[in-house]
Amino acid sequence: MSLLSVKNLRVTFPSDHGPVEVVRGLSFDLGRERLGIVGESGSGKSMTGRAIMGLIATPGQVTADVLTFDGVDLRDLPETALRKLRGARMSMILQDPKFSLNPVIRIGPQIEEAMAVHGALTKRQRRARMLDALTAVRIDDPARVARLYPHEVSGGMGQRVMIAMMVVMEPALMIADEPTSALDVSVRGQVLDILDDLVKRRGMGLMLISHDLNMVSRWCDRILVMFQGAIVEEISAGQLYKAQHPYTRGLVASLPRIDESRDRLPVLDRTAL
Amino acid sequence: MTRPIAALNFLLTLAVTFLGLLAITFLIGRVVPIDPVLAVVGDRASTETYEAARLQMGLDDPLIVQFVRYVWQVVQGDLGMSVSTGRAVSEDLARVFPATLEMATLGIIIGVGFGVPMGVFAAARQGKWVDQLIRVIGLAGYAIPAFWLGLVGLVIFYANLRWVGGPGRIDLFLDGMVEPRSGLLLIDSVIGRNWEAFRSALSHIILPATILGFFALAYIARMTRSFMLEQLSQEYITTARVKGVPERLILWRHAFRPIWMQLITVIGLSYAGLLEGSVMIETVFSWPGIGNYLTTALLNADMNAVLGATLVIGAVFVGINKGSDALYRLLDPRARA
Repeated sequence: MSLLSVKNLRVTFPSDHGPVEVVRGLSFDLGRERLGIVGESGSGKSMTGRAIMGLIATPGQVTADVLTFDGVDLRDLPETALRKLRGARMSMILQDPKFSLNPVIRIGPQIEEAMAVHGALTKRQRRARMLDALTAVRIDDPARVARLYPHEVSGGMGQRVMIAMMVVMEPALMIADEPTSALDVSVRGQVLDILDDLVKRRGMGLMLISHDLNMVSRWCDRILVMFQGAIVEEISAGQLYKAQHPYTRGLVASLPRIDESRDRLPVLDRTAL
Repeated sequence: MTRPIAALNFLLTLAVTFLGLLAITFLIGRVVPIDPVLAVVGDRASTETYEAARLQMGLDDPLIVQFVRYVWQVVQGDLGMSVSTGRAVSEDLARVFPATLEMATLGIIIGVGFGVPMGVFAAARQGKWVDQLIRVIGLAGYAIPAFWLGLVGLVIFYANLRWVGGPGRIDLFLDGMVEPRSGLLLIDSVIGRNWEAFRSALSHIILPATILGFFALAYIARMTRSFMLEQLSQEYITTARVKGVPERLILWRHAFRPIWMQLITVIGLSYAGLLEGSVMIETVFSWPGIGNYLTTALLNADMNAVLGATLVIGAVFVGINKGSDALYRLLDPRARA
């Protein structure tokens, strides 16, 4: 049985011109694998992640024929039950550590909070696991970093802290919403390595949301290409250049390549879609 | 900046600000069409007496010399004699200021105690009826004049319901029965274990302090609400939700904690506002505070008293402002860096 099952997922927001559907009938299954979701800005990929986590606030509306996580039907699950899943069984890494870490709480307590709200552990155990999580994301001096405030660490380290905070409860499902796009190119590889390691060792199912085709195609087992709120194509790892759909091909064609010289990059021909 | 240098820098700006304040009160004293010599010798004095007094008061010296002398006197606590009370202005102020301080302090406690939670809940229920109600209350605090609210309050709670004491700080027969230590009647009566006086003082102060508190509350609730709304739209609130943090903790730990340091400045500002802006309320309630003293002095052209009171109010304003600013810097980890 797959970890996450989604059928006909729709996310709608009201607007002055009537309801706008930002996710339109998405269906996919996720096992303990790395699934990439790519698409341009506004294609609904972030909304998909947030809808699964139950983070679409009113007036937004989420409907689906099937939305099952580990055998639990997420549709109409009461907020308290959903909250018990969030942070414990399913988690999400947000884009930019500059904005996604609370600026006035030290890093240590922020990581420990994920454990504290789900109970079970003693204070001492929480601290030990917090330090372990920081070590797992390759922070050399976890005790020192735990005492720092988020503005006192670099972007790369901030994102590693974010990952530590989200994996500390060892969730089964991890949604990573553009986890590297706010980082320097040199740090991106490190962060992906860490995620990769965690997926392999802990057997997580990972949904990597990104607009970076190259990165996703190299790194994921499977890729879903989204366009205007719907999946237009599914591609297996490394098969990106065999893509069939005109939108995907357009995207691939507009990627710059290092072994060729072009004065102009082709742009997406939207009239053909 | 290192700590000692920052502290030195702080004290220096404080000193310069106070010097500026002194310059302003000094210039007011020279500009107003009240002759300080006439105020002393009376308008039937001969020209010789007048001249002698003028020389004795040093009014023929250059302005800068007079200013330095003025600063020196103020630094020594000498604010001159009050023409209307016949006592030293500093002595008068030491008597009237605690009355204002007591009322404004109780007012700000009420304002913070109700205003902050109201602002937080309004933000948490944005657009719901609670939010609308709190916004109307906030607007009322802006629009309703203090003297009107004071009068209506007196008519309802004193004249009709007899729930509270009337004008003044304490019932007449208890006046002077409490040994002044801090000058704050509530505290002095507790120290002296005079419970009758305490009850009386409380029943007198509660209405004006609540009205002052209402004005502070309106401002504090409005600012808290807008700070909170700004916080609640931040990405780290989403992070907290992802972690499964309950809504109550999201509100108070994740959204409120980053803003309470900002709120210190807002609270300091409205506290200073209550201390200096209590003139209306003090007049309506015959409260023997600095606002009342200042009004009387103005009506009697008692220049030393006016300048002294202005100076104290200005100093309190600057002090609270600078103090809350420093506190904010000390407490917010982002400003500390």
